Amino acid sequence: MDLLKTTQLAKSFGDTHAVDHVDFTVSAGEVLALIGSNGAGKTTLINLISGLIAPDSGRIDFQGADITRASIHRKIELGIARSFQLVNLFDQLTVQDNVTLAIFSREGRTRRLFSLADADTAVRDEAAHVLKEFGLDGRTGAPAGGLSQGERKLLDVAVAYALRPKLLFLDEPTSGVSTREKAPIMDIITHVVRSGGITAVIVEHDMDVVFTYCPRIVAMHQGSILADGTPDQIRSNPQVTANMLGTQTA
Amino acid sequence: MSAAVAAPRRVLAWSVPVLAALIVLPFVVPPWQTVLLSYGLVFAIAALGFNLLLGYTGLLSFGHSAYFGVGAYAVAFIVKYAKLESMEAFLLGGIVASGLVAALFGLLCVRYTKIFFGILTMALSQVLWSLAFKFFWVTGGSDGLRVPTPTLLGGLVRVGGDKQDFLSRRYYFYVLAVFVLAVAVMWVIVHSPFGKALQAIRDNETRAEFVGVQVWHYRWVAFVISGVFTGLAGALWVPLNGLTTPDILHWTFSGKMVFFTVLGGFQTFFGPVIGAIIFNYLENWAVGYTVYWQMVLGVVLVVLVLALPAGVVGTLRRLALRPAKAT
Repeated sequence: MDLLKTTQLAKSFGDTHAVDHVDFTVSAGEVLALIGSNGAGKTTLINLISGLIAPDSGRIDFQGADITRASIHRKIELGIARSFQLVNLFDQLTVQDNVTLAIFSREGRTRRLFSLADADTAVRDEAAHVLKEFGLDGRTGAPAGGLSQGERKLLDVAVAYALRPKLLFLDEPTSGVSTREKAPIMDIITHVVRSGGITAVIVEHDMDVVFTYCPRIVAMHQGSILADGTPDQIRSNPQVTANMLGTQTA
Repeated sequence: MSAAVAAPRRVLAWSVPVLAALIVLPFVVPPWQTVLLSYGLVFAIAALGFNLLLGYTGLLSFGHSAYFGVGAYAVAFIVKYAKLESMEAFLLGGIVASGLVAALFGLLCVRYTKIFFGILTMALSQVLWSLAFKFFWVTGGSDGLRVPTPTLLGGLVRVGGDKQDFLSRRYYFYVLAVFVLAVAVMWVIVHSPFGKALQAIRDNETRAEFVGVQVWHYRWVAFVISGVFTGLAGALWVPLNGLTTPDILHWTFSGKMVFFTVLGGFQTFFGPVIGAIIFNYLENWAVGYTVYWQMVLGVVLVVLVLALPAGVVGTLRRLALRPAKAT
């Protein structure tokens, strides 16, 4: 059964059909890429599914249940998490606290007023483990605002990962970092996601990255899905080459 | 070695000697000095509450006079209508009344942030001020309501003898005990998972929502706790002052709480506490020194914002950390 399924999902901003009646499915366990040029509707689609904005029409099902109008909080409880294209971190908190907060939240313990967060060794150990997986174990005590861009992108994903989601949306995890840093970041992210058995949807601009790391690719153009298939199918799809790949394949 | 143990130990290392000094103080300084410090400690409790919103949740309230005033008037009403003179009844009344008002006002205010939040909190506090001012048959209007010296610890400790002596010894220790308790409770709250969630909201509201923190709900709880601490301070303040008037509900008194916090430094836990105590001395000195005391405070505020934006404690901490960074 599909883990996630959208049916005729639509969202317009004025005259622009950002997401134009999209049918999109994700199966459990896969790591797929969502590609498309600027304004294709990739981020809007993720915003609709994760609950940041409400759809105009259509339906979203997760594990067979309708979650179209569910709150962000509810969607996170069900196991849908996301990272952000423009890094969204708690800059004044330490790297460790960024992750421990997600763990406390997952366990429904952020309502506790009268226990010391740092005294919880189980949570601290788990945070240390997550940070090690993401190669950030040397930076646990630093404020998140003091990290390099590459480290910030990794921490952004680590915070979402610490929620132990079933479905993780990664919105351009390598945007804004140097070309040299992209491969190491994608190596870490795909390794963590695969070893954790998490279903992931990666939005990406960089075609080289996409073709290397994702066995299934969904291409969007002007709010609609243009193509859906393996890297080879996408590469040889004439519509995709015409609209997106352009000179890159030449 | 862990941070969990290191932080409390570091705080205890200097707070224990400070506490010892505060305990010895009434025996070495003249009584009026002790009473003056009692005012400072009371304001410090209010500042602790205020800073849970500003420093930890990122919400600048310009209406905290409301909760301080409700705490104080609750005590006056307990005296007037229930004919009670027990300090514990006063504190309970102050906490419950300020908690209820904060719960109600908070429902309206926490849906907004930044300037909208500030203006709304101020407007609501001004409503209470005008009620206290106009409904003179209940509140005594601008004459206010008198509050007699209370009995402490369920009647075990009574006034007996000179009022000044009572205030400078027995009541001072009472205020000190409540102050220490308030500091300890607030310290635990800001270091709890809840406290971390508030700081997360302060840093990044959207992301906080996306790690599962229901932002407005948490803001509301923080608002109520903040109001209760400030109301507790109001209830402790009345017996010192002997009288509650609408002045303490006026927005200018909210401004003083902002001043405490800026003076001490809102990015540190103890900053607002130190700021409130320093402000109390500063105001007392300025009032005695010149009729233009408000101008003196204004100049201090300008210099502070321009020269010490991190506040007294924030600046001291920065200076203390400097040599460590150089190595």
